[in-house]
Amino acid sequence: MIYRENGQFKTSYRADQQIFPITQDRIAIAALLLFAVVGVPLLADEYLFRAILIPFLILALAALGLNILVGYCGQISLGTGAFMAVGAYAAYNFFVRIQGMPLIVALLLGGLCATVVGVLFGIPSLRIKGLYLAVATLAAQFFTDWAFLRISWFTNNSSSGSVSVSNLSFLGLPISSPLSKYLFCLAILVVFAWLAKNLVRGHIGREWMAIRDMDVAAAVIGIRPVYAKLTAFAVSSFIVGVAGGLWGFVHLGSWEPAAFSIDRSFQLLFMIIIGGLGSIMGAFFGAAFIVILPIFLNRALPALGDLIGVEISTAAVAHSELMIFGALIVFFLIVEPHGLARLWSTAKEKMRLWPFPH
Amino acid sequence: MKLTTLALAATLAAGSLFTASAALAQAKVQFFPSLTGRTGPVAPNATPFANGYADYMKLVNARGGINGVQTLVEECETAYATDRGVECYERLKGKHGGATVFQPLSTGITFALTEKIPNDKIPMITSGYGRSDSQDGGVFKWNFPLIGHYWVAGDTVLQHIAKKEGGWDKLRGKKIAVVYHDSPFGKELLPIIQERQKMHGFEIQLLPVPAPGVEQKAIWLQVRQQRPDFVVMQTWGVMTATAIKEAIATGYPREKMFGTWWSGAEPDLKDIGAAAKGYSAVMMQHGAEPQSAVVKEILDKVHAKGQGTGPKEEVGDVLYMRGVVGAMLAVEGVRAAQERYGKGKHMTGEQARWGYENLDLTQAKLDALGFKGVMRPVSTSCFDHMGSAWARVHTWDGAKFTWASDWLQADEQIIKPMVRASAEKYGNEKKLQRRASADCQS
Repeated sequence: MIYRENGQFKTSYRADQQIFPITQDRIAIAALLLFAVVGVPLLADEYLFRAILIPFLILALAALGLNILVGYCGQISLGTGAFMAVGAYAAYNFFVRIQGMPLIVALLLGGLCATVVGVLFGIPSLRIKGLYLAVATLAAQFFTDWAFLRISWFTNNSSSGSVSVSNLSFLGLPISSPLSKYLFCLAILVVFAWLAKNLVRGHIGREWMAIRDMDVAAAVIGIRPVYAKLTAFAVSSFIVGVAGGLWGFVHLGSWEPAAFSIDRSFQLLFMIIIGGLGSIMGAFFGAAFIVILPIFLNRALPALGDLIGVEISTAAVAHSELMIFGALIVFFLIVEPHGLARLWSTAKEKMRLWPFPH
Repeated sequence: MKLTTLALAATLAAGSLFTASAALAQAKVQFFPSLTGRTGPVAPNATPFANGYADYMKLVNARGGINGVQTLVEECETAYATDRGVECYERLKGKHGGATVFQPLSTGITFALTEKIPNDKIPMITSGYGRSDSQDGGVFKWNFPLIGHYWVAGDTVLQHIAKKEGGWDKLRGKKIAVVYHDSPFGKELLPIIQERQKMHGFEIQLLPVPAPGVEQKAIWLQVRQQRPDFVVMQTWGVMTATAIKEAIATGYPREKMFGTWWSGAEPDLKDIGAAAKGYSAVMMQHGAEPQSAVVKEILDKVHAKGQGTGPKEEVGDVLYMRGVVGAMLAVEGVRAAQERYGKGKHMTGEQARWGYENLDLTQAKLDALGFKGVMRPVSTSCFDHMGSAWARVHTWDGAKFTWASDWLQADEQIIKPMVRASAEKYGNEKKLQRRASADCQS
């Protein structure tokens, strides 16, 4: 009844093609953004910022990047951790080696380096497909792990191989308080999500989707697979690279290659599978599921134990966290194989018909 | 319906949590957070540490607290993962009146927290691990690598080898292989080995093992081909046991293998048993101490009352003792701070930091605490956050560890300049001012 587009007539192509054609959507998004910028800072404490919201925002950004490649272009990649690492280490080198390098420029340059590496490792996608490509992108993962551990130049000859940054600032404002870090990540995420949403609705996004759905047919109707696949790799690794830079600079502050290990690649792939392949919204749902749920379980279980008067040991909590988390993954994949984003859109469809389902 | 019940339960649970912590804040407690690794790749080794840490804190309470202030431990599981460690740190730092000191038992987490603790004003003890250069308190105001770090371990293990061979000059031309965890933890050992190599002219062969280290066939094949005279191991968790098993399989003599304290504990060797006989490891001060007074007291006052953490048989094992010593250092720092800021009062992290910086544990004090024969005196200062560079080497006799060397002291003449140079580099990168001597009084 409330969520209904009846009576919203579009009188121009421009109006018809806007990102959110339904007024209610626009209001909802504006309200959400307003809440994220104004409401959250008023409500959240330092723990929430540092341990939950900032990792969530950064990993949502990385998942968004990966979703362009896997969800929209159909090229399965297990090298996400590698591209994040390239972004982080490249940004680190620009930031440390060039005096007065602004943070945002360093991050974007890091993203560009990740783009180059991403395109390089995307070249095999022209010949190999599906699971075989996933295995080929693993090479990127092992290569970067090796490079950042062995080539000491990348880590500014740090004896332990761990690098760290500090004194971050943006346009003269220091980025050290949890709130400023949160707002910085949020701003970058919003800009990238907006760009990504527009890209996937544009002609290039349609090319990606055509390649994903059937590459031979796409080639027949005049889409160049080389161009489509490599642009998907480029855009995806750029976003992932920036996310990697943020993960190192803003979240960890000090990191080693293990922060971008194969586990990270898997984690991001699970995010978009659970969240919803081929959906911008899905990246957010997936990141929330994978980042927040384990921490929530880890905190809720001892509290629940207290409630019924049982003290659960730390190890038992950690084990049951993994078990419940795994069970929930299976549950959601059975209930909705297309991910949480599909649940969301089903809910929206129902809302449109409500309260008269037929 | 179900969902509402769940939500209700969760809210109630959260509510009870708050009231519980509020009640505790009223009583005088000193909160010691414990970042544990009870699951994951290092679980066999990190579990006894966490047990020892918790048990000693219980013993302190049984003894009447720190001048009447009770200790409180809350654990948070990191599974040795840096991002979970950071989350745990954020979760625990403000609880129960504020965290006194963190002991992350992971070099990765140490590196990440080093960037955070100065802002939160919480000290961090990294006893035997973490950043070696954090010994320099002039740059690392909040880090305390008490009773030794990797460079001390590396130096003393080489001293032991040299002694066995009959002097440093006998090492010339010998080949020493270093098997290390391929991470900052493993690499932290290398600078001291390289420094000694320059001085004494032995050869080194670096053999990195990727984490978690259950696959080492290729590395030990290299050992077999190159036949190094000695193997020094900087490994942790399942990696150590795997390395020793592979050494047995390739026929490399265990008598020529030396671990650092990370790689010389019962969980690593128990399952191999007699086949590992002859393997040695350098210990920062203590080893397995089942006969010590403090262990007997823990068994008596904690385990006998059914309050023990973990199995009774492991009390007094190497890593259990590591936890006990870690807890003792954490408590004694607070006691030292109380001398200055008021006996029987709750100490903030900032006040506790002063205590760690002015720690003076004489032999008499240690003996009174039950650490006779376990530890040697520790004395820290503004510019030396380590406090002691003593170590001993113990050898596995097939069933347990026995001491194989007398006390060894790392050569401060070599380590001090290295620490200073590395700390300076860190300070320059961070644009940190070295602390003025006036700051040392604060």
